[in-house]
Amino acid sequence: MTSHGHDHDGDHSHLTETEARVRALESLLSAKGYIDSAAVDRIIQTYETKIGPRNGAHVVAKSWVEPEFEAWLRRDSSAAIHSLGYHSRQGEHIEAVFNSDEVHHLVVCTLCSCYPWSVLGLPPTWYKSPPFRSRAVIDPRGVLAEFGVTLDPATRVEVHDSTAEIRYLVIPQRPAGTEGYSMEQLADLVTRNAMIGTGLARAPQVAS
Amino acid sequence: MNGGADLGGMMGFGPVVQEEDEPLFHAPWEARALGIVVALGACGQWNIDAARSAREDMHPGDYTRTPYYAIWLKAAKRLMVEKGMLTEAEIAQSVPLTPAAPIKRKLAAEDVDAMLAAGGPADRPATGTPAFAVGDQIRTINNHPTTHTRMARYARDKIGTITKVHGFHVFPDSNAQGQGEDPQWLYQVAFSARTLWGDQARADDSVTLDLWEPYLRTVS
Repeated sequence: MTSHGHDHDGDHSHLTETEARVRALESLLSAKGYIDSAAVDRIIQTYETKIGPRNGAHVVAKSWVEPEFEAWLRRDSSAAIHSLGYHSRQGEHIEAVFNSDEVHHLVVCTLCSCYPWSVLGLPPTWYKSPPFRSRAVIDPRGVLAEFGVTLDPATRVEVHDSTAEIRYLVIPQRPAGTEGYSMEQLADLVTRNAMIGTGLARAPQVAS
Repeated sequence: MNGGADLGGMMGFGPVVQEEDEPLFHAPWEARALGIVVALGACGQWNIDAARSAREDMHPGDYTRTPYYAIWLKAAKRLMVEKGMLTEAEIAQSVPLTPAAPIKRKLAAEDVDAMLAAGGPADRPATGTPAFAVGDQIRTINNHPTTHTRMARYARDKIGTITKVHGFHVFPDSNAQGQGEDPQWLYQVAFSARTLWGDQARADDSVTLDLWEPYLRTVS
């Protein structure tokens, strides 16, 4: 057992076989001097608390309210996004793609699990799974239907298969009825799936 | 390689399974696996392309049924054995039996933030000029290498259109094998869905892939 950050594992007898095997591997690697469990803790904490889809929602909301930022995002997505401090691993090169009435963008990595970590955090399991990776390119509309997304028949679909180190971020359309919303209010409407293309930005809740 | 990871267009996996309020990690071991694999990457004994190559080089049946973080761990163990960092006996017994191999660096907790922030940009100073420009038609190559490639099977030997010149990027086919970064021009290439999938696709739908110049040929 290592000494850091394992307050969540409880009694050893409760660990599944996989838990025990991974824990043993971590101990072995620490003993060999290759990794430090405190660094492992820090990496996990970063993705649990600092790097997640709130980052991307900020990018989207800012592009909705600031035409100059939107123009920069269209011209040089990486620079515009990095300017907000979102420049970490798996976000070195980013391409923002903008949904419109004419085109809906959908992002996939058929070959592995490439995903814009710097703005969306770690990918959900379905994004890495064979059903999504196999079908997003051949049956994007069928996949979208499973996510509850029905497009206007006139809207074409453009799928982006992330085969290189370019990461794609979908900028969804701004929902109607959000005139006068603050950037924070708008960011609350931007779901992770909307930034992958398997969703749309949420409609504003009607105040009751 | 035409392995289990090259999934585009395969059938039979069923619907996409979404979880309501999916947790970031489904079990503590997934979190540890992420942290271990990222920390091991910082040791500098292999590059991201070699890691991807190790992950996809599994029996296709195993690949499609193995949880993603388990694929990562399996590949990391294999790479460590290949690099002389661990022996199979050490993995089996979970105790050190041989001296540690020299590594480029061991990631300290206080260096994690800087390491993650720095990332690993794949662009390199350009030499020469790109052979293709936006709007050019290209045909992808029809090679089937047994080693790592990012030329997805479903888009080989297809005509597409250059939609963006991304820059001059590390070439995975070479880098994965430890044969150097051999950077090449990288393009976004758009393919009509009909070109890829035939009449079942809508004529106005499209798929883009990011492809390096060695994958592309002039359309004559």
